[in-house]
Amino acid sequence: MSAADRIASWPVLRQLRNGDPLGLGPAAQSPRSASLVPRTESADKVVDSICPYCAVGCGQKVYVTDGRVTQIEGDPDSPISRGRLCPKGSASLSLVTNPGREQKVKYRRPYGTEWEELSLVEAMDRIADRVIATRAATWQERDHAEDLTLKRTLGFASLGGATLDNEENYLMKKLYTALGAVQVENQARI
Amino acid sequence: MQNADCILIQGSNMAECHPVGFQWVMEAKARGATVIHVDPRFTRTSALADVHVPIRAGSDIAFLGGIVNHILANGREFREYVAAYTNASTLVGDDFADTEDLDGVFSGFDPDTRTYDPATWQYAGMAAATAAAGHREQAMGEAHGHGSKHQGAGRPDTDPSLQDPRCVFQILKRHFSRYTPEMVEEICGVPPELFTRVAEALCANSGRERTSAFVYSVGWTQHTVGVQYIRTASIIQLLLGNIGRPGGGILALRGHASIQGSTDIPTLFNILPGYLPMVPARGPTDLAGYIDAYNAPAGFWGHMDSYLVSMLKAWWGDAATADNDYCFDYLPRIDADHSHYRSTLDMADGNVKGFFVVGENPVVGSANGRLQCQALANLDWLVVRDLVEIETAAFWYDSPEIDSGEARTADIGTEVFFLPAAAHTEKDGSFTNTQRLLQWHHAAVEPPDDCRSDLWFYFHLGRIIKDKLAASTEARDRPVLDLTWDYPTHGPLAEPDAEAVLREISGWGPDGAVDGYTDLRADGSTACGCWIYSGSYAGETNQAARRRPGSEQSWVAPEWGWAWPANRRMLYNRASADPEGRPWSTRKAYVWWDEDSGRWSGEDVADFAATMRPDYRPPEGASAEDALRGDEPFVMQTDGRGWLFAPTGLVDGPLPAHYEPHESPFTNSLYGQESNPARLVYSRRGNRSNPGGGRPGADAFPYVISTYRLTEHHTAGGMSRFLAYLCELQPAMFCEVSPELAAERGLVNGGWATVVTARSAIEARVLVTRRMPALRVQGRIVHQVGLPYHWGRRGLSPGDSANDLAGVVLDPNVHIQESKAASCDIRPGRRPQGPDLTRLVDEYLGRAGITGEGP
Repeated sequence: MSAADRIASWPVLRQLRNGDPLGLGPAAQSPRSASLVPRTESADKVVDSICPYCAVGCGQKVYVTDGRVTQIEGDPDSPISRGRLCPKGSASLSLVTNPGREQKVKYRRPYGTEWEELSLVEAMDRIADRVIATRAATWQERDHAEDLTLKRTLGFASLGGATLDNEENYLMKKLYTALGAVQVENQARI
Repeated sequence: MQNADCILIQGSNMAECHPVGFQWVMEAKARGATVIHVDPRFTRTSALADVHVPIRAGSDIAFLGGIVNHILANGREFREYVAAYTNASTLVGDDFADTEDLDGVFSGFDPDTRTYDPATWQYAGMAAATAAAGHREQAMGEAHGHGSKHQGAGRPDTDPSLQDPRCVFQILKRHFSRYTPEMVEEICGVPPELFTRVAEALCANSGRERTSAFVYSVGWTQHTVGVQYIRTASIIQLLLGNIGRPGGGILALRGHASIQGSTDIPTLFNILPGYLPMVPARGPTDLAGYIDAYNAPAGFWGHMDSYLVSMLKAWWGDAATADNDYCFDYLPRIDADHSHYRSTLDMADGNVKGFFVVGENPVVGSANGRLQCQALANLDWLVVRDLVEIETAAFWYDSPEIDSGEARTADIGTEVFFLPAAAHTEKDGSFTNTQRLLQWHHAAVEPPDDCRSDLWFYFHLGRIIKDKLAASTEARDRPVLDLTWDYPTHGPLAEPDAEAVLREISGWGPDGAVDGYTDLRADGSTACGCWIYSGSYAGETNQAARRRPGSEQSWVAPEWGWAWPANRRMLYNRASADPEGRPWSTRKAYVWWDEDSGRWSGEDVADFAATMRPDYRPPEGASAEDALRGDEPFVMQTDGRGWLFAPTGLVDGPLPAHYEPHESPFTNSLYGQESNPARLVYSRRGNRSNPGGGRPGADAFPYVISTYRLTEHHTAGGMSRFLAYLCELQPAMFCEVSPELAAERGLVNGGWATVVTARSAIEARVLVTRRMPALRVQGRIVHQVGLPYHWGRRGLSPGDSANDLAGVVLDPNVHIQESKAASCDIRPGRRPQGPDLTRLVDEYLGRAGITGEGP
């Protein structure tokens, strides 16, 4: 740093020159804080998203560095939220990165006392088997007493959808209906 | 909402539960609007309102009915709007008897089955009209997407002078005539001056030049008369001319990112996508019969055939042909209530073997947590998909019933699969927000490890099941094997292409993606998964992903996302113009008839046939929208009118009436009938009810209880109680009580209290606050206890669940539980642990004399 720079960086001088006589604004900035840049500056990409909490539907910008989400901010372009997020929306970064998030399949056998490990492939295969077997065992083709067509199963039920995407709800309803499952419900009922 | 001149928020704490949306209330206020908050608690919404009205939980119909009476008794209705656009002038059949005549029940009630036959509620000379949102099949006791066909042809008899005693306007006047300010005070605990101030604010801010808006949330829905709460608001808004106009309307604030979407594309038992009814077993047996039963003679429900056939083509593709009724027979039939709580009871009884729980946490979020755990424990298998190990996944080793010894892990035979889910940043897809707006979120990163989207889960589950059944010759497997399921996948995880799914939802025809539902045909040439979403992929473009900055558009922002239907931002907006098609006023102009272009024009896509002139009169034999007149804006109704009186569509009455909550410390001041006679009660061990007002044992539960949300937590906690920041901000379960109640029961601020109902007892930290005022009802003081419902046993901030206290008692229209108003007792100190908890609840049951099977 040159002598001139050193003098120019003298706090009293900065307070006077920067219109910050009380030294509570920019004059208080240290070289370290002056050199800090937000992690959003260095992101590899910024992805458009929508807040996953309530149904206001605030716009979000998801910042990604090295394949990891590093920050989530409100989207100022959204005509709904105009860049704002509430405490929950602001916590979405920890929603997607918090260490308490489960990342492995867990399996509890009937009457078991512990969780066990299970591969995703095996879990999918067993769940498909359970659906097929339950459906076969509980299939109702007709109500003979009243002579009614039923073509359904009351053997299994489903709850959920309000936190999911439209496309996910669509595949659920389509698959369940083709399987003849009718006890399909979600939070809208609650 | 920013255009409103008065906003009444009731049954909602918008500032805390939908804070970012609340900025538009503040915009309206900054422009001079009057903001009113009616709520048992003084919250941050109240703090920012001009007026806060403390009210007894569960008495809102009396309050709103008082406003209806104020409007009618003082001639404050918007007469031209009411006469032209509502069914005020329509004559109702001679057989109709009102609650005024029958002391709290309408004609058609069968006390043995506790159900109504709506035959006597119909318009004079007509069998049944069709409701926009649903006709309730009595057999199902549930809303169907749409009505029965037997709406006689022709037009109902009317009296345009509104003087005939049988006309809706006069029926309405008589029905609400006893809802006086004094009665409002008696029932709600609201002083007459305060009530009149609210009623006058609404009247003064409605009419040609001004509009008022209503806002509600689950504070209105979670009641045994919840649907009728909203009906009462609809009556007020129709009388004041506030529907279909800027700054008007009734805004339902929904609490989940896509709870609107999961209703439109329903993971619900009684409807198919786009509010088409599921096929009732005791109903039509083929496609023609279905169309015949549900096609409306007038309005946009007159294209039922195009909507359903296009859906069948989307689902069963080439297998669906005209010769086989487009696979209509592949649809399963329903013949009873298959809703969430009915299914829960069936599970508890061992009648359901398997259960998928996907992004939901019923042990905490649904009424009666103990019943929920019993249900899970009686399954053969359970699949839970979530971001974290929620209470519903852990019920078999961590629950109040395991603690109390009522259940033992080693006795629970349920096989449990927990599958970790992908977060919103890890998948493509659209949410539909509370104003029907589809907004796309893009995947930013790959999900970690075993985490997968629900799109992945259901696509691959379907694929595996189809593979395993490939050789099957069983007839029941044909719908599975013929199901179109060839979505392209991408990436190392073989993630299905969400845009391909949206394209199927939106629909296609011979020339590619359709522009909207008016392109759909009943001849098998078009496919469309959900007719109301048709056009969301118009032009082979993902319309939901549009993000033209709000600053570069009009205030309506039509190029941000896509709103169903047809990118309309406001429904029934034809009503923003007068019968001749001119705006009611320059100040409230929105859409209008443009004679030069021969089209409806304005800020928004008109919710009307685009080129139908205001003076159009349907010729003989016209159908669908062409059978309505050019000055009838409610295009989903067969009569084109807004319904002050609902001849069909509801199972508990054509008009709202005040009923006490199922559990109330008070008797009904208006009628001999205490509570909604058609409410659904499931009395059984573990789901007993506190005795109602005036009955023996009612004094064991002298206080009113209500539940609510906090800014820093989300519903049943799966997305908030596991996050450090949010738990730091709201670290513990608590209850709110008034200083007077604290003194009466020896409760200390910051100390512990135990809250008891016939279901269970929970403990909570005590917050003594004047924000929870005591009220004077029926001449005596009543205290209310407020409980947030987010807590459960797991996560960073464990606490007892408020919903353990709630009983399964339901609104008969929509099967939603009454958790916003019930009775309770509260006592100082922590609750007993282990078996002593059960003993405490049993002691209360004994004290209240609750032993039998009855309600």
